[in-house]
Amino acid sequence: MVIDIWQLLENVHDPEIPVLSVVDLGVIRSIVQTDDGVELKITPTYSGCPAMNTIAQDIRQCLENAGFASVKVNMVLSPAWTTDWLSERGKQKLLEYGIAPPVEPLASSKALFGAEPQVSCPQCQSTHTTMLSLFGSTACKALYRCEDCLEPFDYFKCLR
Amino acid sequence: MFDTKTYSSEVNQALCDYLLRLADSSLILGHRLSEWCGHGPILEQDIAMSNLALDLIGQARNWYQLAAQQAGVGQTEDDLAYLRDAPQYRNVLLVEQPNGDFGQTVMRQFLFDAYHYYLLQKLGQSADENIAAIAQKSLKEVTYHLKWSSEWVIRLGDGTEESQRRIQTALNNLWEFTGELSKPDQTDEILHAVGLVPDLRKIQADWQNRVLSVLTEATLQIPARTWMQKGGKEGIHTEHLGYILAEMQFLQRAYPDCEW
Repeated sequence: MVIDIWQLLENVHDPEIPVLSVVDLGVIRSIVQTDDGVELKITPTYSGCPAMNTIAQDIRQCLENAGFASVKVNMVLSPAWTTDWLSERGKQKLLEYGIAPPVEPLASSKALFGAEPQVSCPQCQSTHTTMLSLFGSTACKALYRCEDCLEPFDYFKCLR
Repeated sequence: MFDTKTYSSEVNQALCDYLLRLADSSLILGHRLSEWCGHGPILEQDIAMSNLALDLIGQARNWYQLAAQQAGVGQTEDDLAYLRDAPQYRNVLLVEQPNGDFGQTVMRQFLFDAYHYYLLQKLGQSADENIAAIAQKSLKEVTYHLKWSSEWVIRLGDGTEESQRRIQTALNNLWEFTGELSKPDQTDEILHAVGLVPDLRKIQADWQNRVLSVLTEATLQIPARTWMQKGGKEGIHTEHLGYILAEMQFLQRAYPDCEW
């Protein structure tokens, strides 16, 4: 039955990056079935991410529609979310959607100006890309440009 | 949201005060940054400052929720943000200083980020697991903030004559607000003694090294004078805070409990 709930949640999407389900995003931390319903723990991606309230609401709606009488969605902060929890399928979906998925930075993230990650263009796969801004259209993204096909694109930041 | 621990009344009172310091500093700096929205020097940096603001306001909400729960007198995060007046605010003076030009905003951000970074790193090891959880979460974001502000300090400092002059002026104006960041008072002492918060004097050394290394690379000079302002953590603020609160709290004050 727990597996069914995970499958149901594949239909709940991130409102800001609708190709990703909440399962792909790695924000579902636990699912516990109770006598009269289900209790979930979810974790925010970023502290100020405005999508989290909507996500919690959509999860509740989805499970209530599936017949669960009582649905509790609790927010937990620890352990803190990391992009390591994005599913492989989620990364593939991001790429197809035109957003470069997170890649591991080359040097230690402890360094003040550690080496930048080598981000590939999601359109032409060139690695000849430039970061335009550390921040982008949502908290989880940065802005890049491809120097070969000249397309600007979003990069889903690696958060550890 | 939080399972709070019970402490002696002395510790709990100090803890609530301390949580407000963390929350208020993040909220006020977030509010200042949000004033840039639509006015940034270039679109990418306008977006960057809005993102910084979003992170900080999100972190402030977590600290306020914990403070409200820990105080246990039925207040909410909104009561704490919208219904306290300036003398009850506990933010450091640095974060309420006006945006000025982009150089001043960048310098204010850098001086605070460097402090925030080391403080959160240590708070991540707090004996209180709620404090540790919020700090560990926030630290990931603030690490990125520090990268952004350090890069801009270097770019502007080691940039053109004009950018150098402006950011050096910003440093001269803001330096006197950095003293209280790592100056411990009774609240810090009470909480440090029970392992909830770090010794601020240790943070001072890390902060100074980091600040010095970035400012040196940016070819900037730390002002020679050493007199420092203080008072923010006790509720004695510069005149700027009142204006911020007037704008931020207007709706709640004019239409109590309004919702939309």
